[in-house]
Amino acid sequence: MSAIALRHVWKTYQGQVVLENLSLSIDSGEFCTLVGASGCGKSTFLRMLLGAEPPTRGQILIDGRALPEEPDAQRGIVFQRYSVFPHLTALENVALGLEFTSSPLLARMFGRRRRAAFKRAALMLESVGLAAARDKYPAQLSGGMQQRLAIAQSLMMRPKVLLLDEPFGALDPGIRTDMQALVKALWREQRFTVFMVTHDISEAFALGTRLLAFDKVRWDPQAPHAYGARITYDIPLDREARHARAVLERQMAASESRAAKLAVAAEA
Amino acid sequence: MKRLINLRPERAARLALSALPFAFVIGLYLVSSELRLAANPNDKLLPALPQLYAAIDRLAFTANVRSGQYDFWFDTLASLRRLVFGVGISALLGLCLGVASGVIPYVRAGASPVVTAISMVPPMAVLPILFIVFGLGEIAKVVLVVFGVAPVIVRDMQLRAMEIPQELTIKAQTLGASSWQYILRVVLPQVMPRLITCIRLSLGPAWLFVIAAEAIAATEGLGYRIFLVRRYLAMDVILPYVVWITLLALVMDHALRWLQKRMYPWAESEHEARPAP
Repeated sequence: MSAIALRHVWKTYQGQVVLENLSLSIDSGEFCTLVGASGCGKSTFLRMLLGAEPPTRGQILIDGRALPEEPDAQRGIVFQRYSVFPHLTALENVALGLEFTSSPLLARMFGRRRRAAFKRAALMLESVGLAAARDKYPAQLSGGMQQRLAIAQSLMMRPKVLLLDEPFGALDPGIRTDMQALVKALWREQRFTVFMVTHDISEAFALGTRLLAFDKVRWDPQAPHAYGARITYDIPLDREARHARAVLERQMAASESRAAKLAVAAEA
Repeated sequence: MKRLINLRPERAARLALSALPFAFVIGLYLVSSELRLAANPNDKLLPALPQLYAAIDRLAFTANVRSGQYDFWFDTLASLRRLVFGVGISALLGLCLGVASGVIPYVRAGASPVVTAISMVPPMAVLPILFIVFGLGEIAKVVLVVFGVAPVIVRDMQLRAMEIPQELTIKAQTLGASSWQYILRVVLPQVMPRLITCIRLSLGPAWLFVIAAEAIAATEGLGYRIFLVRRYLAMDVILPYVVWITLLALVMDHALRWLQKRMYPWAESEHEARPAP
């Protein structure tokens, strides 16, 4: 539902370059998967899109306008952990967004409006397969159920952009497959723009319509922080993708081993 | 035979074990008291049960001839009032200031250093100042409790509010929450269980400050009575009073724990083992 453009975006932390010179434009309704070695700035990229961190240089546009500098209801997020509120039941978690929007002072609804809102929330819970867990607290739910809940909670706000930061990273393989199918189905239905960080390349290829690979292009062994990551592959996913995938897997392996070597060297 | 670290006592054994030290102390007291009284029937240091009972009866169930009051209950009420006001005000202050400075960086920048500094001032050292400023009445005593207890609660609440995972803070914003709504629906419910724990831990110091203030300047109260009869070595009064204070503190502690479990069931289950998916 929303197009995003990056113009020469840099991110540095105290002289350490994390991302350098990203320019990119993403169409509305695209499902972007982001891959790359650990610590190469994928999550930082996501946090910038969220507005939780400003870019050091450059500009991010959403539908042609500057991105708001703090998180808002346009952009939903699901983290790997801590995505739902532990003190609310599943149903209350999903209804919370509605209560925020319609009751500025108390952030609570009462009477008929409350019943209507909670009915909507219950329908949403049902659509992610959590109807039976509506009155349970997150701590009583399994990891997969918690992530379903987090997705339902975000989608309740009908966000234009959904950001997923390794949402299934901590889940068992079987549940992971279910969750991928769920996200894909919800995306087909609502067509929000998705950015999903993942460590799993097959997941990235299976889910996305576009794959962005992050890696450092320049490398100075004397000053490992002098250069940041760029988008090294920007692959529209179709049949040619299979070939690209093989190349990318080789590149990722090389990059991981280089990082490992450097870590060993740094310790020595 | 299992290893010692894997042996767990049954319910009956656990109760017996927990009663054992109490029984030992009481037994030791009775025997020592018997021995001392056999040597000197006028000994006041370790009064026997009948003497203790007589003292309790005189203070708790007989009206004071001069004032017409039942001293024991009058003292209890006076001390409890000081304690409850002191701890209550501290808790309210701790909750408001602690959450505000935990959540809002601008408030934290202003409030955090001064609260830290105040918490370093030894409360007993300012007690004379409080008596001079507020007079010898109730206010000085309540202020002493607040002075001693509130800074700890404020700092703990601030820490707890800051410990809320950043993911949840961001998540609330993506659900459209304003700062106020975030405090109301996310921060407050999450720090409340901790506030109750904080109050439980503060009860010890709070009692200390109440008794200390009463010992120095009061006309009634549990601490006042203990320090009054100390002059006559009236152990038959002091001992029941100490036991009573301990009992009151224990009851409050249990009541608060019950309240916490009752009102915040999720805080319990957070630490329990998660059921298998």
